[in-house]
Amino acid sequence: MEYEPVIGLEVHVQLNTATKAFCGCANVFGVRENTNICPVCLGLPGALPVLNALVLKSAVKVALAFNCSIRDYIKFDRKNYFYPDLPKNFQISQFDKPLSERGFLDIENNGIKKRVGITRVHMEEDAGKLIHSESEPFSYVDYNRAGTPLLEIVSEPELFSPEEAYAYLTDLKMILRYLDVSDCDMEKGSLRCDANISLKPKGEKKLGVKTELKNMNSFKAVKAGLSFEIRRQTECLEGGEKIVQETRLWDEKKEQTFSMRSKEEAHDYRYFPEPDLPPFSFAQKEIEEIRASLPELPQARLKRFMDSFGFLEKEASVLISDKDLADFFEACLKVLPLHKKIANWLIGPISAELNNRNVSICALGLTSERLVRLISLVENGTVSNLVAKDVLFQMLETSKDPDVIISEKNLSQVSDTDELKKMIEEVVAANKKSVDDYLAGKENALMYLVGQVMRLSQGKANPKMLRDLIAARLKQ
Amino acid sequence: MKLNFLTAHELKNLLDSGRNTPTDILNDVKIRYEETESKVRAFARTPFFDQVKIRQDADGPLAQIPVAIKDNICSKGDLTECSSRILKGFRAPYDATVVEKLKNSGAIIFGKTNMDEFAFGSSCETSCFYPTRNPWDLDCVPGGSSGGSAAAVAADEVIMSLGSDTGGSIRQPASLCGVVGLKPTYGRVSRYGLIAFASSLDQIGPFTKDIRDNALLLKVIAGYDERDSTSVPMPVPDYLKILGKDVKGMRVALPKEYFVEGMDLEVRASLEEAKARLESLGAIFKEVSLPHTEYAVAVYYIIATAEASSNLARFDGVQYGFRAQSGNDNDSKGLISMYKESRGQGFGAEAKRRIILGTYVLSSGYYDAYYSRALKVRTLVKQDFDKVFSDFDVILTPTSPTPAFKIGEKMDDPLSMYLSDIYTISVNLAGLPAISLPCGFTKKGLPLGMQIIGKPFGEEDIYRLAFQYEQNTPWHKEKPKL
Repeated sequence: MEYEPVIGLEVHVQLNTATKAFCGCANVFGVRENTNICPVCLGLPGALPVLNALVLKSAVKVALAFNCSIRDYIKFDRKNYFYPDLPKNFQISQFDKPLSERGFLDIENNGIKKRVGITRVHMEEDAGKLIHSESEPFSYVDYNRAGTPLLEIVSEPELFSPEEAYAYLTDLKMILRYLDVSDCDMEKGSLRCDANISLKPKGEKKLGVKTELKNMNSFKAVKAGLSFEIRRQTECLEGGEKIVQETRLWDEKKEQTFSMRSKEEAHDYRYFPEPDLPPFSFAQKEIEEIRASLPELPQARLKRFMDSFGFLEKEASVLISDKDLADFFEACLKVLPLHKKIANWLIGPISAELNNRNVSICALGLTSERLVRLISLVENGTVSNLVAKDVLFQMLETSKDPDVIISEKNLSQVSDTDELKKMIEEVVAANKKSVDDYLAGKENALMYLVGQVMRLSQGKANPKMLRDLIAARLKQ
Repeated sequence: MKLNFLTAHELKNLLDSGRNTPTDILNDVKIRYEETESKVRAFARTPFFDQVKIRQDADGPLAQIPVAIKDNICSKGDLTECSSRILKGFRAPYDATVVEKLKNSGAIIFGKTNMDEFAFGSSCETSCFYPTRNPWDLDCVPGGSSGGSAAAVAADEVIMSLGSDTGGSIRQPASLCGVVGLKPTYGRVSRYGLIAFASSLDQIGPFTKDIRDNALLLKVIAGYDERDSTSVPMPVPDYLKILGKDVKGMRVALPKEYFVEGMDLEVRASLEEAKARLESLGAIFKEVSLPHTEYAVAVYYIIATAEASSNLARFDGVQYGFRAQSGNDNDSKGLISMYKESRGQGFGAEAKRRIILGTYVLSSGYYDAYYSRALKVRTLVKQDFDKVFSDFDVILTPTSPTPAFKIGEKMDDPLSMYLSDIYTISVNLAGLPAISLPCGFTKKGLPLGMQIIGKPFGEEDIYRLAFQYEQNTPWHKEKPKL
């Protein structure tokens, strides 16, 4: 029998507000253990939470970007469970009346577009972190992360392959980056993803028994974990076994999932309304103000780039895939109105370099001013395209201006006719056969000779001039 | 007369006139403590007389007045243990908002008072330290849970004190000890720094020897606090200004559900006398109905225990307080056994009973039948009061169904203990302000108290009626023989 997977994703995103969700502690990552804490986020006896208004604002932005309908009042609940990283042994979250529900996200996978339902977006607080010691018979707790604002974004079970899940996550992250509500850095844990997956016979409507996957630390791991789980569940079903509803952990090294707890061991969270945060109403006017303040989102920017610059969707997609890259493009464009040229540089060598280094353009050490200058130097004939690429890499290495690099390394294009003629004589003398071929009508031979002179000039010869000069020389 | 027997407003006059110094007051309080504390045991531990620094420059409304606070209110650097073993050694690293306000008003905070463990009780007997005794009869309970705060004021070991009231924990001990105790409107006083029992019901309030002091102390501690989202941003009136205003034409409701066949005859008689006295002063009485009264205790024990089960989850031995020494548990079960042992040994029987009850009513499958339904009935209880208050200024009731009972009498009968708060619980469910003030004595010489319930933020109405009653009766002048 053939089986189809059904996947739903739960994404947790840490918001980048200046302070934590319910206290005045700074919302920062990477400071010394247990130094960024106060009575409230430590859950000390007597301390009370107060909602950070900017958390609500960020949450509304996200809900609007995912086309959700937003409640006109805000209510928090307590989710009760014991764990040492949870200072109060309950998490402030939202249960039956989440901030927002019933949205969607348009994704594209392998050129196929699809609308995926968003079940809900709600606010909650993060827990601290356990630090396990290999050598000691106990663990440490770092509460710095406790109280960090989180959004939980839950999708409908409408993803039907690991690749679709991957595309959903990529597009979701892109929107969050555009909204500038989170750095979405999975390595730092500011974006985390759990996945629910079940199989059903192809064509069947009724969903099968699902497992929940946790501990996937990258989008690639989500894809790999889901692929593994599809294989595992398929083997189970084909072997006549039943799928057990359980939570499973992805083991990155072993590339397998392992059972963590069964449904019977699942917590009863005893949700109830958080009495320390009374519900409050949220005016439609405020929501509309936030809607009006939303930045241009990826889909709109894609359309604008295609419409106003005549880019192909493929080209525009690369530019808008990263907000910083698109912003960089527009910054360049303000100085030098050559959109095609700029785009070629960004989509070509620069994107390749970004992928190699796995960084955003902000971390590349390149300013829009310098890139524009480099392109101008190509345009005015100072350097060839080929040399310019070399100059670009040196700019990234040294953070120097292109002019400085060109003059230091003497890379200016040779456009001096006498100098070029000297080199042509040398090449013509050494390549009799090509000269004969050309004279016999083989046009290709000319390009070969041009290439030889370019080599001789170490790429600095002006290729356009060269072509004309060689042709003239051979026709003599 | 020794200064510890006086009120704050009397002491202020003496200080202002220069006849006495702040050191005189503290000395008398200290001497009284040394004479009587071994009998009453109002304090959770020895107060810090020696660390107290008299601030000669203090000039606030409570300048140089010694004030005691309940052991569930955090004060920076001091032990704050809720009279529970599980908070053994816990020193709050911060001041509760009320403590900050007291300090700003010039008051001297010198000790923490004994209480029922985590405020779970009506007799002060569930304290992990020792039971506090009623200054009027040392074989009797002082009431609870703020029994220590009430007894300390009644025994003149302190001038005034703070307690907390979740279902009657200020008013019932005030009644049993013959002092004045007010539970303010929910949201009137910040709860920041009050170790929560039931967040939607808890409120800090003043214990004093008379109404004027009560108004004085409430004025100091009341007000909006941005650190408590449930505090209400309303200006604090000058409660002292209402004192002295006559009660002519004040409309007082008597709920028939609070006066039933079989009620304590001396309690009934004291209320009838009080009614006659107030009528003679011009107040107008009428019987009303609060039809959902009979459900209040049940609803309360669902909501309060549900919230408590969650609020007390943080006491787990991880960060602070008591951690059980469990044996060789370095395996994966170590964490669970640490939780179980720490909580098992750290909490007393009543705390465990309430945590289990609260956990049960919130459990999946039971939530709708208990917690959810209780919330609905809570709304009905509140509506009962709204209806009455559309026609009346205040409601008059007994505070406690009986005078002080014997130590040990109800400890094995939780239901009968829970009924000690039958007249006070509805007020917390509705978030209303209410006071208990002395209204007589039993033949055996135990104090009796009456409760005046006000509208939301109607503390002024309460003080107005209470002050006129007090000025026309001798009860608040009586002192226990210790």
